[in-house]
Amino acid sequence: MVQVTYIEHNGTTHEVDATEGHSLMEVAIEKMIPGIDGDCGGACACATCHVFVDEAWLAKTGQKDDMETSMLEFAEGIEANSRLACQIKASADLDGIVVRIPESQH
Amino acid sequence: MSQAAVKTEESVIPDPYSLPLDEIDMGKAALYPAQAHWAYFERLRKEDPVHFCESEEFGPYWSITKFNDIVHVDTHHKQFSSEPQIVIGDAVDFQPPMFIAMDQPKHDVQRKVVTPAVSPVQLSEVEPMIRKRVGDVLDSLPVGETFNWVDLVSIELTTQMLATLFDFPFEERRKLTYWSDISASGPQVGDDSMTEEFRLQELTKCLEEFNALWQERKAQPRKNDFISLMAHHPDMQDMDPMEYLGNLMLLIVGGNDTTRNSMSGGVVALNQNPAEYDKLRADPSLIPNMVSEIIRWQTPLAHMRRNALEDVELGGKTIKKGDKVVMWYISGNRDDEVIDRPDDFIIDRPKARHHVSFGFGIHRCMGNRLAEMQIKILWEEILKRFSNVELVGEPVRVTSNFVMGYSDLPVKLHVK
Repeated sequence: MVQVTYIEHNGTTHEVDATEGHSLMEVAIEKMIPGIDGDCGGACACATCHVFVDEAWLAKTGQKDDMETSMLEFAEGIEANSRLACQIKASADLDGIVVRIPESQH
Repeated sequence: MSQAAVKTEESVIPDPYSLPLDEIDMGKAALYPAQAHWAYFERLRKEDPVHFCESEEFGPYWSITKFNDIVHVDTHHKQFSSEPQIVIGDAVDFQPPMFIAMDQPKHDVQRKVVTPAVSPVQLSEVEPMIRKRVGDVLDSLPVGETFNWVDLVSIELTTQMLATLFDFPFEERRKLTYWSDISASGPQVGDDSMTEEFRLQELTKCLEEFNALWQERKAQPRKNDFISLMAHHPDMQDMDPMEYLGNLMLLIVGGNDTTRNSMSGGVVALNQNPAEYDKLRADPSLIPNMVSEIIRWQTPLAHMRRNALEDVELGGKTIKKGDKVVMWYISGNRDDEVIDRPDDFIIDRPKARHHVSFGFGIHRCMGNRLAEMQIKILWEEILKRFSNVELVGEPVRVTSNFVMGYSDLPVKLHVK
């Protein structure tokens, strides 16, 4: 199990155990974390699982590919640490990762 | 789904299983108002999900009918171009550029200019106004008498919203509905009720009116309406008139036909599924989920078209460079390999948002959250006032292979 912490825009914190190999979007949907929609089901095709990855973990989550970069450009309030949660897989390396959820997904 | 031939006023539409596969042409607009398309798509999904057709009307094209194949095409925008346009038929000589029918990088630049008008933050600001207007429209309706829901509710509410998004003169807002209908009609979508010449003439009038508004907004400080956003942005302020018209057509149709027909479709769906109607009355908190289910069930835009930029293997077929490819969203939304009991309307369906009605990838509908909000508010306000929006006659559907719409929905209201 990999521990993941999701912090909602209003500050509510959810610490959950994620199954290795599941994306942080899938984990959020499974655990009913509010604020992550995941409309496209994980195809990196809608940008409704936008999260901000805490700086300490950013390097470990790897690089965005072209498609993710394209989709993020259409999301609102993008920062340097913005990622799509569907493109980050829970793994032992990410045990303890913290991600913040934006005010809204579009 | 019935496999019997469907009889319409003009002709008999054959049972799809009586035809050789290569004669199945989903571009035939008459299939849709007759609701005959369901059985045709069912056969294609089972027997030939990536289907080639030599259409007399539209030329050769591929039909993509399964959910995952649609996602594949929609997300591979470097292989499947949105240019020159996004409906099956090719334009004859009138084809204003618009960003939905553009590829990167120009598409991204233009789309980003107008999205602030429909951002979630902007929407939360306009929500109270939308609720007030919805309430006013519902309070003005005749109770206990038969009237056309399409005209008095679906068109009225969407055109009010559009007038706001454009900051268009409110009293003249029905012009927007008219121009939207013209933009989305014509031979390109299988509608023979108007010629290309007539469309050009009417849309030129549209451009003249919007040009005056452009000049007005340009002279004023920047605001958040679509025209002002475009007129003040360095990347769009020098658009030529045809490109301005093209983007107007996109924004008008995008905000009109879609939400309008989902507002009507919800009434149809609930009347055809009385147990779901009871579920809704018992628990109005199901409304947000139901809104997604309505948008899936109705699929207000049946398809989007792409053009292959290279040879692509899909579903065991080779789509050749230059081929026309049509993604049938209306079929993808009924694919039982991805959606459980897809023909059923289930207002508390799990993962109801997982549908293809908004498309996927860089061209995904930018007004999706506005559409959901408008339909949500409509049903919240309906439930406060009425025990039943009763469908009292057969819905009349428009003839198009693109817009899945209604022209007449006779209803009777029952107060709580």
